[in-house]
Amino acid sequence: MTAAPLHLAGERLLLDPAGALIWPEARLLAVADLHLEKGSSFARRGHLLPPWDTRATLDRLSLLLRRYHPRTIVALGDSFHDAAGAGRMLPGEAALLGAMTEAARFIWVTGNHDPAPPAGIAGEPTDEYRQGSLLFRHIGRGSPAEGTGEICGHHHPKASVPARGCAVTRPCFVADGRRIMLPAFGAYTGGLDVGSHAIAALFPRGGRVFLLGRDRLFSFGLGQKKARGSAPQPRWGPSAPDPMT
Amino acid sequence: MVGTLPEPFAGWFAARGWRPRRFQLEVLEAAASGHSALLIAPTGGGKTLAGFLPSLVALQAAPREDIHTLYVSPLKALATDIARNLTVPVQEMRLAVSIETRSGDTPADRRKRQRERPPNILLTTPESLALLLSLPEAPKMFAGLAAIVIDEVHALAGSKRGDQLALCLARLSRLAPAARRVGLSATVPHRQALLDYVSPDGRSTGVRLIEEPDGAPPALAMMLPEGALPWAGHMGLFSAPQILERIRGAGMTIVFVNTRAQAELLFQELWKLNEQTLPIALHHGSLELSLRRRVEAEMAAGRLRAVVATASLDLGIDWGGVDQVIQVGAPKGVSRLLQRVGRANHRMDEASRAILVPANRFEVLECEAAMQGVAARELDGDPPRPGGLDVLAQHLLAMACSAAYHPDDMFAEITRAAPYAALPRADFDDVLRFVEDGGYALAAYERYRKLFRDSEGRVHVKSERIARLARMNLGTIVDAPLLKVRLVGKRGRGPVLGEVEEYFVNMLRPGDTFMFAGRLLRFIRLHETVAECAEGGTGEPMVPAYAGARMPLTTSLADRVRALLNTPASWHAFPEPVREWLSLQKASSRMPGRSDLLVETFPRGDRHYLVAYCFEGRNAHQTLGMLITRRMERFGMAPLGFVATDYVLGTWSANPPHDVARLFEDDMLGDDLEAWMAESSMLRRTFRNVAVVAGLIERNHPGAEKNRRQLTVNSDLIYDVLRRHQPDHVLLRATRADAAGGMTDLGRVAGMLKRIKGRIRHMALSRVSPLAVPVLLDIGRESVRSGGAEDRLLEEAEALIAEATGAAEPPPALQRPRLPTVHRANAVRLRRSQGTLFGHLR
Repeated sequence: MTAAPLHLAGERLLLDPAGALIWPEARLLAVADLHLEKGSSFARRGHLLPPWDTRATLDRLSLLLRRYHPRTIVALGDSFHDAAGAGRMLPGEAALLGAMTEAARFIWVTGNHDPAPPAGIAGEPTDEYRQGSLLFRHIGRGSPAEGTGEICGHHHPKASVPARGCAVTRPCFVADGRRIMLPAFGAYTGGLDVGSHAIAALFPRGGRVFLLGRDRLFSFGLGQKKARGSAPQPRWGPSAPDPMT
Repeated sequence: MVGTLPEPFAGWFAARGWRPRRFQLEVLEAAASGHSALLIAPTGGGKTLAGFLPSLVALQAAPREDIHTLYVSPLKALATDIARNLTVPVQEMRLAVSIETRSGDTPADRRKRQRERPPNILLTTPESLALLLSLPEAPKMFAGLAAIVIDEVHALAGSKRGDQLALCLARLSRLAPAARRVGLSATVPHRQALLDYVSPDGRSTGVRLIEEPDGAPPALAMMLPEGALPWAGHMGLFSAPQILERIRGAGMTIVFVNTRAQAELLFQELWKLNEQTLPIALHHGSLELSLRRRVEAEMAAGRLRAVVATASLDLGIDWGGVDQVIQVGAPKGVSRLLQRVGRANHRMDEASRAILVPANRFEVLECEAAMQGVAARELDGDPPRPGGLDVLAQHLLAMACSAAYHPDDMFAEITRAAPYAALPRADFDDVLRFVEDGGYALAAYERYRKLFRDSEGRVHVKSERIARLARMNLGTIVDAPLLKVRLVGKRGRGPVLGEVEEYFVNMLRPGDTFMFAGRLLRFIRLHETVAECAEGGTGEPMVPAYAGARMPLTTSLADRVRALLNTPASWHAFPEPVREWLSLQKASSRMPGRSDLLVETFPRGDRHYLVAYCFEGRNAHQTLGMLITRRMERFGMAPLGFVATDYVLGTWSANPPHDVARLFEDDMLGDDLEAWMAESSMLRRTFRNVAVVAGLIERNHPGAEKNRRQLTVNSDLIYDVLRRHQPDHVLLRATRADAAGGMTDLGRVAGMLKRIKGRIRHMALSRVSPLAVPVLLDIGRESVRSGGAEDRLLEEAEALIAEATGAAEPPPALQRPRLPTVHRANAVRLRRSQGTLFGHLR
């Protein structure tokens, strides 16, 4: 696994191919859109998806924590697929998450899926989290103040790259000089194409995308032209906001 | 002894100058004695009427109010056509018989009325029947059913739609035990399987086999392109002038091709030459239904001189008036060729005329083999495979929507359907558990179950909401993600022309030109799920390809080709260039044997090639290619790519292949297969189909047609999680069972590896052999992308952009990015997408 360095608001950050952002100097790790308990959320409506999505997401997060040993973990909102999600966690998984919240300072940024802090889970709920020159929030908006860098999630960015007559589609980071948008980290999270209006509008002067690969990221320029299609269109999987909530 | 027709039927026949055919009377007699029947007869000549005669006779003798006969056909259009044809004798004999069709297109008010006052003869499709049987009033509706006519049984048995129909028939037998069945079929190699399928107990009890011998043998001829005989390519465009010549010389011609892309290309090519503007039309499965219907109507009215068509015209309505069939490209199978040839001259006692147009040298061999196969009447095709567990899951839920049942009774019922006759009880229980609560090892969903059991152990559906959803999602046809193509003109939105696969639209940029629906279109933009296009455009057009569009070569035809290769005495039948080609091969290498596996290796440029003459069909070769290149990678041969055709598998690598026998050892079906299954895009696609049919993923949701993507979780994500946490889950088992055939054809791979053990003939050559030339020429235009190669594709794209922007030096010649596979679109596209990558990203 090779993480890619990137500078934002004077800070050196790392983008991990697993879909997390690391701020080495602050020993901070950020992930977006865990959508824990999405499987059981669907199950409530009769879609009996395999129930291991929470487990799979937490396992991947555990690996990252072992690699980077962060002092602070920021979950950038939509950490639970719905407001009641925390209450549906299986005991073993709740314990795993509990251990994480004890091992590091855990910041729960609220999202549209989980506007209230998760019940019964330790950590610090907040609408936005600011540390140094970086601002962590669920939905990116506007133009960050001079000298401030914004880290956001919410849109589940993914990009398609034409290669050898087919298009390879992957979740991705999107970044310009002022903002980094993280891919969704949850096991059952789909994506929204970076060409869609909702994402492109946040990067008016273009930027770069970093597609997640198995061992490294793949970097491409973000088209500056008007996005393809007029309306924001999820190309597969749920978009955010998700009407299931 | 065969009896006679009763009045007024005898009179009606006589008035038209007809005499009842022997098989029509035999069906009548089987019905009179309460037997079911399987009628195998060539198309035309009153087969369908034979199926309905007993019903008409019975209804004439005793008119009634409820459903007497149910007719099921694989095609909606066929049901409509037959309703029309059946109305003629009913009106002329003034019979008090009501006839109606029912399908997804039937308006809601008529469907409601049909449920209250059903017609005497109801014509429908497997999907609509499944929906009817899931209703609580199904037992009442079908209680008096006396007969079931199943049309085109040979096309249904062995498919998932056939599985669904078999389960529905088993249910009908329970609701109406006295109902007899009549199966109508074309000539097939696996008669016993069809007898089982038609029988009420799934074991061929109580079915009479009634056979009408084939009519005159078809008159087949081969037509080679003028000038040089191509080495490779499958489109057959070189022969367009001669094809047009033949069209001119006949009244009405169907030009059959093998893929939709080929249909588009050949259609364009014919029109380029068509100076007389003969009315020549195009017909394939991706065209908008209304366009297809228009072509069919023009055809029926005799206003066309030719139709370029794919399998979309293989089955179905008898057009009449078709004078000749031209098959362009390899026929792929004897049964399929006969089916297509049978579209010409639908009169039983006259010979059908057909011309085979091979596109390359190998196809000359295949055409010759197919003609021999036709002459020997050796039909091919695999025996029906066991019923799909995903289909069973759908059925178990649908039946619970109709009424509660005890699992023991249900197991007894479904094992009377032939595809499930040998189903182990344990599998049944696993499927039922999946429907109840997901069947996961982690008992997380107890409170979200879809079914519950009462104190007597009977299974009930949990809520009306679940039942409604289940009914909305019935059916076993799962489409690839498709996008509509709409013509947009100066005056706004024009008509929808049809559908293309999503991957194809993803490759298009505004301004790109592509060929579709016989037009040259310029892509404007993607608007929601519609690709908007304008007429015209410039530059080299692309042609949409569709996954799984090509039938692989059948085993028995492959055997015949191999036999031809091994019998130099028979080569005199071939044109001179082919004879020369084969003789050269014999002199410089050897011929592939009948029971061994010839593997040639040779260097060329800076690469080392390996060509294996497996003859197992494209799908199997693709799977084998993925497995073999993995293994070559492990053995340090540094594979760079592979190409699969119907006849051979070719690989190329940076290092010379060694220990060839070890490469083909069948232990590759262990770990290599597992690793491949984890990331194969084809396995993912198979899983998606299984998950949709089984009801894990819903296609339809009330009031959410547009948002359905937001209401489902991507099946790839589910596949990854399920594989990791419960690899023996019933849906993964169903996925594996499907992978044995179809796109991955693992069954044939396994069979071959076992068969050729210890029989590998390795020829280490200093240069390419004559027989290997076609496959080398196919490199770049064949083969499929695999999920595992995606990272490498990204790497390559990234490097190319870096190179183009001056951010990186081009790599030295030998260090090419490793790409085990290329892509499935055309070569033109390959070059273009690489050339214009810079600055373009979606």
